[in-house]
Amino acid sequence: MSNGRHIGDVILDLQNISLRFGGVKALTDISFNVREHEIRAIIGPNGAGKSSMLNVINGVYHPQEGTIVFHGRKRHDMNTHEAALQGIGRTFQNIALFKGMSVLDNLMTGRNLKIKSNFLQQAFYWGPTRREELEQRSKVEGIIDFLEIEHIRKTPVGRLPYGLQKRVELGRALAMEPTLLLLDEPMAGMNVEEKQDMCRFILDVNDQFGTTIVLIEHDMGVVMDISDRVVVLDYGKKIADGTPDEVRGNQEVIDAYLGVAH
Amino acid sequence: MLYREAGQFKASYREDQQIFPIRQDKIAIALILAFFYLVVPVIGDQYWLKAILVPVLIFSLAALGLNILTGYAGQLSLGTAAFMAAGAFGAFNFMLRMPDFPVFSEVKILFAFIFGGLMAALVGIVFGLPSLRIKGFYLAVATLAAQFFVVWALTKFSWFSNYSSSGVISAQDVVLFGVPIDTPESRYLFVLVIVTVLALLAKNMVRSATGRAWMAVRDMDVAAEVIGIRLLHTKLLAFAVSSFYCGVAGALYAFCYLGTVEPEGFNLDMSFRILFMIIIGGVGSVLGSFLGAAFIVLLPIFLNVFFHAVFAGAVPAGLGSNLELMIFGGLIIFFLIVEPHGLARLWQIGKEKLRLWPFPH
Repeated sequence: MSNGRHIGDVILDLQNISLRFGGVKALTDISFNVREHEIRAIIGPNGAGKSSMLNVINGVYHPQEGTIVFHGRKRHDMNTHEAALQGIGRTFQNIALFKGMSVLDNLMTGRNLKIKSNFLQQAFYWGPTRREELEQRSKVEGIIDFLEIEHIRKTPVGRLPYGLQKRVELGRALAMEPTLLLLDEPMAGMNVEEKQDMCRFILDVNDQFGTTIVLIEHDMGVVMDISDRVVVLDYGKKIADGTPDEVRGNQEVIDAYLGVAH
Repeated sequence: MLYREAGQFKASYREDQQIFPIRQDKIAIALILAFFYLVVPVIGDQYWLKAILVPVLIFSLAALGLNILTGYAGQLSLGTAAFMAAGAFGAFNFMLRMPDFPVFSEVKILFAFIFGGLMAALVGIVFGLPSLRIKGFYLAVATLAAQFFVVWALTKFSWFSNYSSSGVISAQDVVLFGVPIDTPESRYLFVLVIVTVLALLAKNMVRSATGRAWMAVRDMDVAAEVIGIRLLHTKLLAFAVSSFYCGVAGALYAFCYLGTVEPEGFNLDMSFRILFMIIIGGVGSVLGSFLGAAFIVLLPIFLNVFFHAVFAGAVPAGLGSNLELMIFGGLIIFFLIVEPHGLARLWQIGKEKLRLWPFPH
C-alpha cells in the first residue's frame, strides 16, 4: 500500500523497553522502530501490552528499563509535556475528549501549546491574545474542514454519537500538528462505513501532512490494508515484526491469535 | 422568535469569537448593565442598596472565584471563606501599614484590594499544592485545612489585626481620589464597578487558552497532559486566580459591607454558603455565580417578608422563622431536582425555547 510516499529514516527507536507494575510485567524487553512517514501497526491479543507501549512512547508510563531515541535524542523515558512539544499526538482507546466543551473548543485546546500569551493578557484580551486566538481558530477550521465536521463545530462533544466523537478526538490530536501520531484503536466499535471513513482520514493524514502514524487496531483487514509494517505483541513480548505479509505467515502470530494445542 | 439568531451571519472568525456573538445577548447585557448602573441607584432605597444589593454583588464575586476553581478547573474547594479572610486582612494591613504618597494615596484603596487579592492568591497556591496528587472529595478535605488554618492564624497572631482584642478589625474609610465613598449609592456603584470589571476579566479568561486548559484538566486530565498542558501549573493558576477573586470579595465584604469583621466571621458556614451558590446557580458558568448568589441571599429575605405579610401574628414568631428555613431548604432541593445543572442552565433552556416561541416548532 505505497502511494508514492517516501518512507524516510528511523525517527523513533525503542530499545529493550521493559515496564512493570509491581510484579506484573506489562512489557518485556521490547525493541522496534518507526520510520518517518510510515504507518506502523501494533497488534496483539487483549492484554498484550499495546496500549502500555503507546503510553511509554508519549510519556504517560515510565519504563524501568530501556532507551527511547526520538529524533536522534536518546533518553531513558519521555514525559508528556516534552512529548507534546516534540510533536507526538495521541488518541485514546476509550474516548478521552473534554466532554463539557464544544468540538471547536476541544480542537482549540489541542493548540494550547502554540499560544504564547499569558493569562493576564488573556484576561484583558490584550496584546497578542486576540490575534493568537484568531490564528488558532483558522488553523482549527482547516482541520474541521478536513474531517468534515463543520456541522457540529459548536456542539458539546458529550452529545455526539460515538463515531463522531472518535473523529473529533482524531481532530484534537491533529490540531497539535503532530509529526508522530499515536492512534489507540481508532476504529473500535465502529460500523463498516465509519471504519471506511476513518481509514480514509488516516491515509489522508499520512499522505497530505506526511504524519508518521503508529496505530493499534484489532480489525486485521484494516491493519493488513493500511499499514507499512506491523509489530505483534503477546503477553508483553514481541513475537513478530515485519510487513503485513511477513506477519501474516508467521507461525507464532497464528498461534497467539488462534491458540495452540499443548 | 424572540431569540432567533437566524440571519445574523458571521463573516469572520473575529465576529464569531466575540464575547456575545448573538445580537439579542448584546442587547440584553446592555439593558441589564444600564438597569443596574443607571436605574437601581435612583430607585433603590438605602436598605436595598446597603443590605441587599451590596452583599449580593460581593457574594457573586466570591462565587465567581469559587466557580473558576470548581466549575471551570474542576477542583473542589471548601476554603472559600478562608481566602476571603486573607483578602480582607491583607487589604486592612495594606491600608494600615503602607505609607501614604501624594498620588498613590488617591488610589491607595484599590491597591489595598489588589494586595488583599494577591495575599489570598498566595494562600490559595499553598493550599492548592495537594491538588496535584488528590482529587474530588479528598481535595475538598485538604482545602478544609486552609479554612481552619487561616482563621486560626488570624486569631492567634494579633499582628494581623493590629493587636485588637479577639482579632476584630475595623476597616478603614474607603476614599477614592479624595472622595469618600460612604453613601449607600456610592458604595453600591463602587462595588458594582469592581465586580463588573472582574467578571469581564473572568469571562475573557474562560473563553481563551487559560480557560480551555482549566476545562481540559477538569474533563479529562490524562488527555490534557498528553496535549501538553502542565497539570500542576494549570491547577495552581486556577487556585491563584480563584483565590484572588475570593480575596477581593473578602476585602469588599470588610470595607464596603460590614465595616467591622473578625476572623471567625469567615467560617466554614460561609464557605458552604458560597459552594451552594455555585451549585444552585450553575457550576462552570459566570452568569450562574450571579444567579446563585442572588438566589441564596435574596430568597430568605423574600420568604421573611412574605411570611410577615401573610401570616403576621397568625403563627408564633419562632415557628415562622423555622418554617422559612424549611421552605428555603425545600426550594433548594426542588431547584436541584428540576435542573441539576443550576439556574444558568435553566436560563439557557429558556433561551432555546424562546428561539421558537410562540410557534410550536
